[in-house]
Amino acid sequence: MTDRVEQGTAREPAAAWEPVFQGETLARLKALFEKYPTKRACLLPALWMVQEARGWIPEQAIGEVAEVLELTPAYVKGVVTFYTMYHTHPVGRHFIQVCTTSPCGLCGAEDTLRAILRETGCGELGTTSPDGRFTVVEVECLGACGFPTPILVDDADFIESVTPANAAGILARYP
Amino acid sequence: MGYPHPSHPKETVVLSQYFGDAGARSYEGWTRRGGYEGLRKALGMAPDAIVEEVKASGLRGRGGAGFPTGLKWSFMPKGDGKPHYLVCNADESEPGTFKDREIMRWTPHALIEGCAIGAFAIGAEVCYIYIRGEFTEPWNVMTAAVAEAYANGALGTNVFGSGKRIEVILHRGAGAYICGEETALMNSIEGRRGNPRIKPPFPAVAGLFALPTTINNVETLAAVPQIMVRGSAWYKGLCLGNPKSTGTKLISVCGHVQRPGNYEITMGTPMKELIYDMCGGMLPGRTLKAVIPGGSSVPIMTAEEAESCVTDYEGVVAAGSMLGSGGMIVMDDTTDMVYQIWRLAKFYAHESCAQCTQCREGTSWTTRILGRILEGQGTQEDLDLLLDLSHNMTGTTICVLSDSCATPIVSGIRKFRGEFEAYLSGARAPVLAGV
Ligand SMILES: Cc1cc2nc3c(=O)[nH]c(=O)nc-3n(C[C@H](O)[C@H](O)[C@H](O)COP(=O)(O)O)c2cc1C
Ligand code: SF4
Ligand code: FES
Repeated sequence: MTDRVEQGTAREPAAAWEPVFQGETLARLKALFEKYPTKRACLLPALWMVQEARGWIPEQAIGEVAEVLELTPAYVKGVVTFYTMYHTHPVGRHFIQVCTTSPCGLCGAEDTLRAILRETGCGELGTTSPDGRFTVVEVECLGACGFPTPILVDDADFIESVTPANAAGILARYP
Repeated sequence: MGYPHPSHPKETVVLSQYFGDAGARSYEGWTRRGGYEGLRKALGMAPDAIVEEVKASGLRGRGGAGFPTGLKWSFMPKGDGKPHYLVCNADESEPGTFKDREIMRWTPHALIEGCAIGAFAIGAEVCYIYIRGEFTEPWNVMTAAVAEAYANGALGTNVFGSGKRIEVILHRGAGAYICGEETALMNSIEGRRGNPRIKPPFPAVAGLFALPTTINNVETLAAVPQIMVRGSAWYKGLCLGNPKSTGTKLISVCGHVQRPGNYEITMGTPMKELIYDMCGGMLPGRTLKAVIPGGSSVPIMTAEEAESCVTDYEGVVAAGSMLGSGGMIVMDDTTDMVYQIWRLAKFYAHESCAQCTQCREGTSWTTRILGRILEGQGTQEDLDLLLDLSHNMTGTTICVLSDSCATPIVSGIRKFRGEFEAYLSGARAPVLAGV
């Protein structure tokens, strides 16, 4: 789990809301209805689709998900805020989760985290770098304790054995 | 182990035989290595006979509690006419544990096969595999493998021409340690907050979607095809200690050893051999101080306890701890135990689902008190207060996350009291809790 991100640079323009669930994405969601006996069970997958499309879960998307799954927006919001991988605020272009739980901590995770905070220009946990490029958070055990320090970038790239020495090189891959 | 280091001669390589061998990931590669024979054999058996075979093997749950797998399967109702579910727990988030990830990354079909056999044995047509949201690579490997299994008739409406329907559906978590607890996991699949449920009813009566459900860990299910192919007697024979602990166990070793990684041992292997021979021991000039042998939720062992411990369910209990998930955290003499215990408490405080007062308040207050001890602001009464809080946190809540937070605190104060005293007396310079 990550700590909730409290600040960030807005990426979503104030312009009219472009629905997430239309065309191919709606078809993908409807195909999932076949796999579960209730529509409610498609909630986590639906929220993942929103986050993949928009980078975070805006209020309007919560309304949309509630409507397609026949739930209330309040219910959906209650679930969204329980799971820490869902962002309820916009985050930097690249979202980095660094494991600092004890097993990684024994092997220098805190030094790695400090190096990443420095190299990204974030300075502090949970904030977005002034150029909007990175948001860095601490995460609890990523299930890869034998390869300290693992990091997860953009909910997609799981990178093992990050150290203060190789951190800059790894970050350079994320413009 | 096979990855990232070659297997050690003292390992018994069953589940980890193909770790590091990318060729084993494909359906074709897996069948060439003898894969899917177990499922084919099981489909020719009566479901009850499969349950009996697994019972006879002595296989016990590898997710933490060590409950006999065949017995758990036998709790499923028969002839009730209701849909049944099998759920595979791939939430692997217990600090120190990283074995299920390797099974999914390298041998996805071993897990699919185990799921299919398990589903058939308990009368389920659908198995959900709940994979933690952060496991992106295992998710991708499993997605490809499931598609291939369907394409080759190993899953679907007529598995290998047997007329049996077995579906495997992957479900992605979204960041919550508590979803590894079986009833929280079921709520999560149902599209709810991951709060554990009060038991009873037990899952075999009313589990996922209120229907009879069995939940098993990845490593547990991955062992099943091997038992089908090689027989329960073979599996039962893999035993060096207590006959109640059979088979092989993947031990994830992390922390201060020369070669961290997954080691597959025969149950009953001396922990000393594991730490010093297989993992290469401590770094030069360092000595062993403590071991947490079963993921962060079990009691901390001193070096002496670890060095005389037999690694199986009973052996670790006799040495004062529990085998748990087999996530072994090794700490050498440079380790600040107070700091590490604070960090573990912080983990539980962060992961508490906050339903129960003792857990919500207890995890947060113990973390704060440990933090102030580290900062040099602790008092003598704080140790008693920590023990008192821990007592109230144990055996009083809906699930055992609360107990898990108390465990390292109680064992830590009992076994490493001097380190706490040093902060309290000022003999040790304060450190700031946190980065
Ligand atoms: C807080 C908590 C977290 C757990 N996390 C996991 C987990 O990540 N993976 C797992 O297999 N079991 C986990 N368990 C144990 C499961 O509840 C359950 O006992 C297990 O999945 C059963 O499978 P098995 O009988 O094959 O071991 C956890 C239990 C608790 C109380
Ligand atoms: S013990 Fe903690 S994690 Fe478990 S149900 Fe209660 S509050 Fe939630
Ligand atoms: S503690 Fe960092 S991956 Fe487990």
